[in-house]
Amino acid sequence: MDQLNLPVALALRGVSKRFERPAVDALDLTVYGGEFYALVGPNGAGKTTTLRMVVGLLRPDAGSICIDGIDALHDPVAAKQLTAWLSDEPMIYDKLTPYEYLEFVAGLWRIEPAIAEERARDLIGWLGLEPHAHERCEGFSRGMRQKVALAGALVHDPKLIILDEPLTGLDAGTARQVKDVLRARVRAGGTVIMTTHILEVAERMADRIGVIAGGRLIAEGTLEDLRRQTGATATSLEDAFLTLVAEQVAAA
Amino acid sequence: MSQPASLTWLAGHEFRLGWRDWVSLMTAGGRTRARNALIALIVIAVILHFFAYWTVAAYADANLASDIPALVVITGLLVLSSSLLLSQAMESVTRAFYSRSDLDLILTSPASARNVFAVRMARIAVAAVVLSMLVAAPFINVLAVRGGIRWFAAYGMVVAMGAVATAAALALTIALFRLVGAKRTRLIAQVVAAIIGAAFVIGLQIIAIFSAGSLSRFAALQSDWMLRHAPQISSAFWWPARAVLGDYVALAVVIAFGLSTLGLSIALFSRRFGEHAVAAAGVSSVTVRQRRWTSGFRWRSVSHVLRQKEWTLLRRDPWLISQTLMQILYLVPSAMMLWITFRTGNDAFIVVVPVMVMAAGQLAGGLAWLTISGEDAPDLVSTAPIVARRILSAKVEAVIGMISFIFAPLVAVLALDAMAPAIVCALGILLATSSATAIQLCFRVQARRSQFRRRQTSSRVATFAEAFSSISWAAASALAAAGSWGAIGPGVIAAGILAGVWIFSPSRTTS
Repeated sequence: MDQLNLPVALALRGVSKRFERPAVDALDLTVYGGEFYALVGPNGAGKTTTLRMVVGLLRPDAGSICIDGIDALHDPVAAKQLTAWLSDEPMIYDKLTPYEYLEFVAGLWRIEPAIAEERARDLIGWLGLEPHAHERCEGFSRGMRQKVALAGALVHDPKLIILDEPLTGLDAGTARQVKDVLRARVRAGGTVIMTTHILEVAERMADRIGVIAGGRLIAEGTLEDLRRQTGATATSLEDAFLTLVAEQVAAA
Repeated sequence: MSQPASLTWLAGHEFRLGWRDWVSLMTAGGRTRARNALIALIVIAVILHFFAYWTVAAYADANLASDIPALVVITGLLVLSSSLLLSQAMESVTRAFYSRSDLDLILTSPASARNVFAVRMARIAVAAVVLSMLVAAPFINVLAVRGGIRWFAAYGMVVAMGAVATAAALALTIALFRLVGAKRTRLIAQVVAAIIGAAFVIGLQIIAIFSAGSLSRFAALQSDWMLRHAPQISSAFWWPARAVLGDYVALAVVIAFGLSTLGLSIALFSRRFGEHAVAAAGVSSVTVRQRRWTSGFRWRSVSHVLRQKEWTLLRRDPWLISQTLMQILYLVPSAMMLWITFRTGNDAFIVVVPVMVMAAGQLAGGLAWLTISGEDAPDLVSTAPIVARRILSAKVEAVIGMISFIFAPLVAVLALDAMAPAIVCALGILLATSSATAIQLCFRVQARRSQFRRRQTSSRVATFAEAFSSISWAAASALAAAGSWGAIGPGVIAAGILAGVWIFSPSRTTS
């Protein structure tokens, strides 16, 4: 992928966030339009904190965040119009049906009703939710809830989709459906940023992979780039990841 | 040291869990708050003892055992307390059935499930007794100090009442399981518990309204009708009242009856309790309801979308409706009073106005917590392209809309009778609602709607502020409706409470 010709979908410059200790430390990160970017790292590395700052759920202590050229800290409403957020714990309303949930989300993003309804029908069809489209979500399995949440994230046709461990706890079939939908979004020109602990998923799906540890980006690139950074001893992303993190721990 | 998995060992485990749960409830989960919680408990205990001195000290020396009107009042109070205890015990039993926290561990362990559930039932009884003792202790202590140690017998009566209430709660809940099944028992048991808790108070008030034109429960207990139908002084019916008054024979009988009833219930139901708990855990509480999509997506403003969501969620949650409607149930006597006032044309609206204002404030507090703090998809709403202020204002509008929907008809009826008090009442409802909502805004937390029952634990300050603000606005409204300038006093107190809440609110101090 020739990154020089691609528009920047997300740019983080010197972003820091501190709780009791630094969670994210002067992080610089650039993700290009139409790219599938995987952010990997050990537990407590700062992945989720980074993404929560990008979608406006946390305010950084320092730095800047630009989404599609919009300063997300100065004009969060405009930035949010372009983004969708999906966490590992699907947060939906138990007492609404999937259709009602999608109508609610479309209303929040001010999507034209006719367009939103068509998208909702398409998404429900793609995700295999049709038989349950008019049932309340309270009896849904985790996988079905995650599908409803994913449909909600896509119903407003976001340019940038940010997902935090979206495959956690999903069965193989559901995980495949989610991955297919995300791939289709990228093919259609959307940008996807995803954190995952499942390194095979990052290896297979991502155009580029960022390795984060101690709140800093310690390595970034394609799988080949990461292998090169580890002295070509690594044969898989798992090997490269473990080597990079071990080096970071040793350096710290 | 007891054998692992024996009854005493399990009892020790349950006691430890119960103690930690109680400490967590008192300190809202914060260890550093333990000292503050202890100081607050001591202060509350002292205030309650003063209150008890003010209300019951005069009766400490009276010889009430041969006084039928006094026995009627004491028996009435015991029935009232028992109904509240039964309500509380039913809540606990239902919660024990449906809480899956350690059920898998218990049922897959080689320990006797019957023993485990027997101990758990006993724990419910102990919790009911301890809670009742905490409430009754100031009154009993004051009476004992002023009138002699015979009044300590009342503690024994509390034990007996707690035991009987728990036994009855177990029997009622098991019966519900058998009658309506595990799927429906949860909701029905909670509604029944709430109605039992409120029915006696409301029943007495309604009798009092019709017999004496008053909202006082004591008016009903001391009415001629009640005294005419009271049993003879020698009747065993008065034994519980005599036990409270220090008749040790009556006390022994009452305690023996209570404990044996509880023991029998535990022996009878501990096996079934396990079976029903398994049934409750295995069944989905969800009824699959297919809704046809007819109207399609509609164009609505963001505020409308948010308001509509809140109302839809509330309308579709029978448990939440039952919890919130309980507060409205307490309005029934005042509505009755209003009706009688309208018919007879007297000035009893002075009583109705503060009751309505108070109820509106309390109901608004609950609804405001649900809409502002009880957001099940906080990330979704926070990442939507809407300014935070607009989200909050839509949620506040949802609360005010709901309160208006409930109280507008009552105010309209009042307006037909007396226009000026109706305007004062409407204003009081608006102020109490706005204040309760503002308090919830200041103390907003992120929680799930299912945590509604424990909302008070997140902030004691918010709970007390909400209650005192509603009381102050109710008093101000009553005085204003009566045309008194004294309304300014409670109005200023209410405003002071709001100012204090704003100054000390976490959302302000942490920003």
